[in-house]
Amino acid sequence: MATTTIAPAERENYLNKEYGLGSWLLTTDHKRIALLYLISITFFFFIGGFFALLIRLELLTPAGDLVQADTYNKLFTQHGQVMVFFFLIPSIPAVLGNFLVPMMIGAKDLAFPRINLLSWYLYIIGGALMIHAMLTGGVDTGWTFYTPFSTAFSNTKVIEAGLAIFIAGFSSILTGLNFIVTIHRMRAPGMTWSRLPLFIWAHYATSIIQILGTPVIAITLVLVVAERALHLGIFDPKLGGDPLLFQHLFWFYSHPAVYIMILPSMGVVSEIIACFARKRIFGYTFVAISSLSIAVFGFLVWAHHMFVAGISVYAALVFSLLSYSVAVPSAVKVFNWTATLYKGSIHYDAPMLYAFGFLGLFTIGGLTGLFLACLGVDMHVHDTYFVIAHFHYIMVGGALMGYLGGMHFWWPKISGKLYPEGWARLAALIVFIGFNLTFFPQFILGYLGMPRRYYQYPGEFQVLNVLSTAGATVLGVGYLLPMIYFLWSMRYGKPAPDNPWNAAGLEWQTQSPPTTFNFEKEPVVTWEAYNYDEIDAGHKEEVPVVG
Amino acid sequence: MSVHATSSPLKTYFAVWVTLLIGTLLTYEVAKIDLGVFNSAVALTIACIKALLVALFFMHLRHASEKLLKVIVISTLFFLFILLSLSMADYATRGGGGHASLLLPHITALIRS
Amino acid sequence: MRVTKRRCPLSDSTTAVQTSVHEDVHRPELLHHFANPEQQRDSASLGMWIFLATEVMFFGGLFCAYLIYRIWYYADFAAASKSINAALGGTNTAVLICSSLTVVLAIWAAEQSRRALMLAMLALTMFFGLCFLGIKGVEYHDKFVEHHVPGPTFSFEHEQIPGHPGQYANPQHAEIFFALYFIMTGLHALHMIVGLGIFTWLFVMAWKGRFTPEYHTPLEIGGLYWHFVDIIWIYLFPLLYLIDRHP
Repeated sequence: MATTTIAPAERENYLNKEYGLGSWLLTTDHKRIALLYLISITFFFFIGGFFALLIRLELLTPAGDLVQADTYNKLFTQHGQVMVFFFLIPSIPAVLGNFLVPMMIGAKDLAFPRINLLSWYLYIIGGALMIHAMLTGGVDTGWTFYTPFSTAFSNTKVIEAGLAIFIAGFSSILTGLNFIVTIHRMRAPGMTWSRLPLFIWAHYATSIIQILGTPVIAITLVLVVAERALHLGIFDPKLGGDPLLFQHLFWFYSHPAVYIMILPSMGVVSEIIACFARKRIFGYTFVAISSLSIAVFGFLVWAHHMFVAGISVYAALVFSLLSYSVAVPSAVKVFNWTATLYKGSIHYDAPMLYAFGFLGLFTIGGLTGLFLACLGVDMHVHDTYFVIAHFHYIMVGGALMGYLGGMHFWWPKISGKLYPEGWARLAALIVFIGFNLTFFPQFILGYLGMPRRYYQYPGEFQVLNVLSTAGATVLGVGYLLPMIYFLWSMRYGKPAPDNPWNAAGLEWQTQSPPTTFNFEKEPVVTWEAYNYDEIDAGHKEEVPVVG
Repeated sequence: MSVHATSSPLKTYFAVWVTLLIGTLLTYEVAKIDLGVFNSAVALTIACIKALLVALFFMHLRHASEKLLKVIVISTLFFLFILLSLSMADYATRGGGGHASLLLPHITALIRS
Repeated sequence: MRVTKRRCPLSDSTTAVQTSVHEDVHRPELLHHFANPEQQRDSASLGMWIFLATEVMFFGGLFCAYLIYRIWYYADFAAASKSINAALGGTNTAVLICSSLTVVLAIWAAEQSRRALMLAMLALTMFFGLCFLGIKGVEYHDKFVEHHVPGPTFSFEHEQIPGHPGQYANPQHAEIFFALYFIMTGLHALHMIVGLGIFTWLFVMAWKGRFTPEYHTPLEIGGLYWHFVDIIWIYLFPLLYLIDRHP
């Protein structure tokens, strides 16, 4: 069991080492950069959430009466763009990954700290451009930018939004690059690949996707901008181009992008379940390999977004088959997490509640993905609320729950304070209830035929829509609560011990909050990951001292 | 353990350089000969050999002391290949419309037989 | 496990912890978060290779678009391709190949502590790069004059399809060729310009004596970038210039 000493109030740590705006804006400390990201992505989450609120308000009534049709187009477009590119994709890697990857492997920092800071600045520049685009006219093409509407017909800020996402994409690429080099080169002595926390494996796999996929959407956006600015015909059928070429190039990234969003969350869930079931993750090797498999297979399935777009039926067959196969590694993880729980010593702290939520909701989301992978079914539910429910179950019920669970789990380490557990459990419950109330009706709506991206609908769909909006309100409360009590805890929370959860992992061997260079002495790892049996048996797992 | 790639000796550099120049000339001249559909194949093959020479000898991939770099190169090329080939799986098998579909006549013949 | 007192203690666990007295002295180039120069150099190298992987995928999207339209509009593309100057393109290919040679020679010179040669090779590399851009400029100018730049001034009427006398290329399809031509070679040229910037900086560092046989990592990774730009052109040349050059 790690010694848990309550820190005196002013131990030097990465937060109080230096004060002043300059020390934050010019920092190269991965932990400070993680916090810079935390503030930024939370800001964008509010913006994306604001658009969601307006969408749900509009959909309270069958008629299009809150906003005009063009405005509604901008609402769902910007909700998607902000949430995907400026919240979900950075969220766990840029906040929790940046903070924890060096610490989990026993390093002082990432391989390229200055590039890490550059990543954040690129994100901010892209974000600022996006906000400017939204404020000076908005974008109404859907987050998917389909041509030729986006290139030849839309009268909105397509170029600006495209450039904003292009810039933010490089932020993502550089983060991935940094993680891969760090994980390969900066592991502490004894930290072999098979001793790495599954969080690291997950981020490694995510980084592979970021490296290989993001450049393709970057070039695609360049082509869209060029086409729009110069009236080219690369994607315009009237000029000899093929709109489906855009879709192929777009989805080649955007499908693996969803795995960028979910894999880190899966890594978080592995850490939480191991800690709160006091057990090594069952099938560690399978879970690690499944992360890599998801990264690889994720690149093979993109045209399942195009089944009704006009691709050949033979290509559709191939992509349908491949899409079924990509579910396998995800299922492997769910089985292994479940097996970990079996005969575990389960504690229902807030992080674990989020992990449970993840297990159920991600499974539902994943299974409904199989429905969509089936060509016959997809013919009917493509572009309906069924798809919307499917991806929100994964991205919100999965990725976001994982993010919240991780924020709670590592909050004591990040801030040096304990959050109020009672409120946290309540918030988790509210999020779970609100989420299901929001999105389960949407499965039914989609099945019944309600199309997505429409601001009006037949009267018989109103009850389900009202339920969904009610759920969104509850969900909103559930999200506000952690923001409030996390902020509250920074000022009034109890000081956190170095390892409040008695968790395994090198990050817990540092003080809470950590010092700038993480470890007093270089760790030398001689134990396996998730050695909870040893920890709970009281073996001292202090880091053996070298030097 | 130093993983620094030792430089190839000068002879290798100059040999590769000359080969690359010859390859360029070859590509240019062969393009003038009518080989039908094989023109592209020849040109691309020579290009691949040239790229390989640059990567192996000028970029020191040949003497990289760990497999990781080679894995990265091969993986990247693999995913590029996926992008090109699976897109072509769509384009090659579309029917209708005015565009030449390379494989569709063969596929439909196969299915009918 | 060796027990060593070190000021920058962290190291890559795949390597046995080997430090020498020599490395206990802080070298100015050794960044603080690295354990030893090898780790720093290997990280820089790996980082550049991964960046090049992203560049392959970046250009790859363009190659994908080009592939599809070349198959769809082969005849029109052949006609358009014939109108760009293959001799200049081929010369540029040779220029870049020479520049790649000078890059590796510069690195070799650094390893041999031959400062004058290293500087000369770096300067020559940049000279070749400028030649490339100059020739590119001539080509672009020719296209501008012939109204082959996509956009409102584009015109490609009555251009014969090679090998099919009496048949003329579809201007719309040819415009797609030129759009891809300008975007692909333009993006490549942009990378060349960045490369020139990098090598200017490397030249200055070399001039100041920063490179030694033990430390010339920036040269190595700058070189990797330059070679990559060369490789992209090795593919662009036959694909764009040599579709159908039968007389």
